[in-house]
Formats: sequence, C-alpha cells, structure tokens
Amino acid sequence: MDILVCISKTPDTTAKISFKNNDTEYNTDGVNFIMNPYDEWYALVRAIELTEQLGGSVTVLNVGPSSNDIIIRKALAVGGAGAVRIDTDATDSYTVAANIAEYAKSKHYDMIFLGKETIDYNGSEVGAMVAELLDLPFISYAIQMESDGNSSTITREIEGGVEVCKVEGPAVISAAPGLAQQRIPNMKGIMMAKSKPLTVVPAILQDPKVSTVKYQLPPAKSGVKLVDPENMDELVRLLHEEARVI
Amino acid sequence: MSVLVYVESPDGHFKKTGFEVASYASKLAATMNTDAIALVIGKADQAGDLGKYGVSQVIHVNSNDNIGFDSQALSRIIADTAKEVNANVVILTHSSSGKALAGRIAVRMDAGLASGVNALPDVSDGFKVTRSVYSGKAVATVSINTPNKVVSVMGNSISVDASGSAVTPDNKSVSLPATKLQVIEKKVVSGSVPLPEAELVVSAGRGMKGPENWGIIEDLAAALGAATACSRPVSDADWRPHSEHVGQTGIAIRPNLYIAIGISGAIQHLAGVNNSKTIVVINKDPEAPFFKAADYGVVGDLFEVVPRLTEAVKKFKNQ
Repeated sequence: MDILVCISKTPDTTAKISFKNNDTEYNTDGVNFIMNPYDEWYALVRAIELTEQLGGSVTVLNVGPSSNDIIIRKALAVGGAGAVRIDTDATDSYTVAANIAEYAKSKHYDMIFLGKETIDYNGSEVGAMVAELLDLPFISYAIQMESDGNSSTITREIEGGVEVCKVEGPAVISAAPGLAQQRIPNMKGIMMAKSKPLTVVPAILQDPKVSTVKYQLPPAKSGVKLVDPENMDELVRLLHEEARVI
Repeated sequence: MSVLVYVESPDGHFKKTGFEVASYASKLAATMNTDAIALVIGKADQAGDLGKYGVSQVIHVNSNDNIGFDSQALSRIIADTAKEVNANVVILTHSSSGKALAGRIAVRMDAGLASGVNALPDVSDGFKVTRSVYSGKAVATVSINTPNKVVSVMGNSISVDASGSAVTPDNKSVSLPATKLQVIEKKVVSGSVPLPEAELVVSAGRGMKGPENWGIIEDLAAALGAATACSRPVSDADWRPHSEHVGQTGIAIRPNLYIAIGISGAIQHLAGVNNSKTIVVINKDPEAPFFKAADYGVVGDLFEVVPRLTEAVKKFKNQ
C-alpha cells in the first residue's frame, strides 16, 4: 500500500500567541515550530503501520518553504520512505489543497492521510478539498482503520458517537486521536532520515480566495470571584443570578 | 442571489445547531436584502418548521436510498441546489458532517471557505467574518474574496430566533450519484449531550486520582443536564474516552458554562475552553493557573466540594 501523508508545520502547543504589523501577522519571534500533532501522532504513524503490515511505502508531503525541512526530516525519521516539499508559503487552505491534489494526480497512491485539523488555523478544510479535487471519498475524524490493501474499514467520530464505514479503493482520511500511538524517532531513524530523498517541486499559485485581515487576542477575564467551599448554594446563586448560565 | 443553508437532520430530527444555522442564514440574508432558503436531505420530521427561523423556503430532498453519510454524494446535492436557486452563499453547521462537506462544496462552487465562524459577517465592505484560531488563543477576521462563499458556523455562536412561521416544504427528488462509501454501523450514545453542542459542561482532570472516582462528576453533570469532558492526561491514561478530551489537541468547545474540576489549567487545556462564556474552577491548589482564566473559583478538596455542589444544584432545580 503506497500512502501519501500530508503534514503541516504549526507553532508548538505552548507557544506564545502574539501579533505584529498592526495585528495582521503572527509574531514568530522566539516561537518553536513543530509538526502538526494530528498529522504526526495519528496520520503518519497509522500510515507507517499499514505499510509495515501490507508492504508499500509512505511518502510525506508538505506545502511550505525550505524552513519546513526540519519537520519533514522528522517525519522521515519516524518512518516515511521519502518526502516531497511543494515550495510555497501555505497561505490559505485552497492553495495547499490544490497543490497536494496536483501532485497526487501525477502519482498513484492507495490512500491519502492527513490530520483532522491544524492546531493553528483549526479549519478542517484541506482534506475535504483534496478529496473533491481528486474525486475521492473522504472519511474525516478516523479513530480506527483496518485495510487489506483495497478494502478499508474505518471508524469515524461523529457527534455523540461513532460511525463505521467501508470504502473500496483510494480515499482521503483525516486522522483523530485514537487512530495510532505517537512514535518517538530513535537514533537509527534520525540517522537514516538524513539520506532519504526530499524532492522539492514548484507550486501552482493563484490569488487566495480567503485572506486573514486582522488578529486579536480574546478579551481578558476581569478576575476570579472566589466562593467559600462550604457554601455551594452561593455558587449556584451566582451562576443563576449573575452569570445567568443555569 | 440568495443564501442557501444546509440543515442536518440526523435520525430524522433537527438539532439546536440546525436552528442556529437557519437563524444565521436568515439574518445574513436580511442584511444582503435577499432570501434564505433551507435545504434538508433525507428523513426529516416537520421540515417546514425551519420557516420559524426565518427561511422563506424549505427544499426537502427525499430519497428512498439510505445514503448514510457520504460527503461526496451530499456535497454534490448541496452545490447543485445552490446553483439551481442562484445562491452565492452556502451556510453549514461546523459539525463533523459540516466540516467534511464544506471544503468539497467550496471546491465545487469555486468559492472561498470560512470555517468555524463565530459571528455574522460584516458585509458593509466585502465579506469579513471572525473565527477562532490558534486553538482558541486568538480570533482572526477573515475576508472571503470570491463571489461565491461557503461558511460553516460553530455551535453556540448565534442566538436562535424562532419568531417566524412554518412554511410548506418543496419536495424534490434527486438521483443519487454512485457511492464508493458504505456505512456499516452507526453507534450513538442516546440521551447524552454531544460535547461540541453542549451548553453546560462538567470537566475533570488528574485531580480525580483515578477513573473509579468519576461518579461524582457524572452526578453533577446529571443534576445540571450537562455533558462531561476531561483533560488530556486523563484520556491518555484511558480513564475516559478520547472523545471527551477538550483542549488544544482534543476538541475546542464554547459552552455557556464550563466547570473545571481538578484541572490545573495548562495552556494547552485553556486553548480549547477559554471561549466558554463562564468558567468555574474547583481546585485545592490556590496557585493553579486555571484560576486566572476563571470567572468563579472554589479553593477546596474536590471530593467534598463536588458532591456539595451537586446537592446545591438539585435543591435549586427543585425550587
């Protein structure tokens, strides 16, 4: 099974969020960037497990500038066989999806994996777009997946439960917690990653359909009101009369 | 021109988030001096009731085929309907289904997509709308630059307005495209409130010491009619299912009330919940960072405070 795994670069989960240029741009000063956790922990690892079980290999794909090579090498250290970087800034979801689809069209992949969303934009947009551009089924929020190489059974999360579905042939799958267990690259993996192929291909560019015009931080809380732990009737009263939430 | 809103009817019934998107579409259509049209696909009781939420027309696509959920088939029906009714804006719920559909519909309509928005757009100069980014740590204003637009709306973002009257739905049948996806089984926990839609959430963390102690959390949630949630260490340790994990790498929620019990409030956890309207923190450590993000705090032993709070809630409900 040959699998394409799409990865993104995001700020570290503990990164400070601040903005510059009149609040139009994310301030990357001092920010450590990582591979998007949903891409790394679940999509990449499950894809590698499937190739270990069924044969074939995992190709890692990233849309981004050369500074992203560090996270691509990490994905190779975890177990990707080779990587492709489409050389442009990932400005909007459609540009990213169009470039992934364009590349995937020229190859044959049995499955395309990505994380359910990135932890910076939180859009869940790219997977569905790639699936539509390639005219493939899309199974989002996969928490379990088994495959014999052609027929795959996938459990996906829905509101208040799960849905089990079966798909024949290639599909796009977005990975959610539970699909796999995070793998920490070992020293051998890290050494091998250095000599694995990383191909850089030019991007197709177009005017962004959507652009971010301004960022702001959520309004700060005015301060906590402490309630006596012996007096929970008072907390209930505050929630009812003051906060008006119950 | 018109605004088309796709309203989900899981198991034949609309949910609150469905009424929210119908209200959203109607309010948006009013500012654009046009009509909002609702689209319902598959089994739906009282589809015409959506008229109460301000839509002027309800199109009900009936199908004898059990299509289950296939984003490929559904997105085609929605985009085709948008074209037929000359809609240049499509509104969806930012649910698991809505997220799987939005990107596909945007591609089909050559439209810009704003997903998970939390307010009505400003259409005075272009089409600008706000959405939460960086897992709840910031808010972005995004501009959709294309003539066609697709918007998915986060639950609990808009108040429901049911002051209109029901309409007679227009029934329509479509031939379904062949599907490569087959739904084998659907398992939904009945009676529980799905976390992303819950208005009240009771959440607990490592301070609970073990999964066997969760009874007091469930009792409080039951007394309030709330959904239950947990922090990441708790779901990682398999004390609770992953589907309950809220935070940066779990799900982001924005309920009216979030009660955090025995959760210290790491930045990754706060990211998923700090859009909650009111936050209550119960923790024995007065230095827990969560108190800084809270509206109300109780410093005390959760094993004493939580049952006491449950009793107080029951007393209040019985009044």
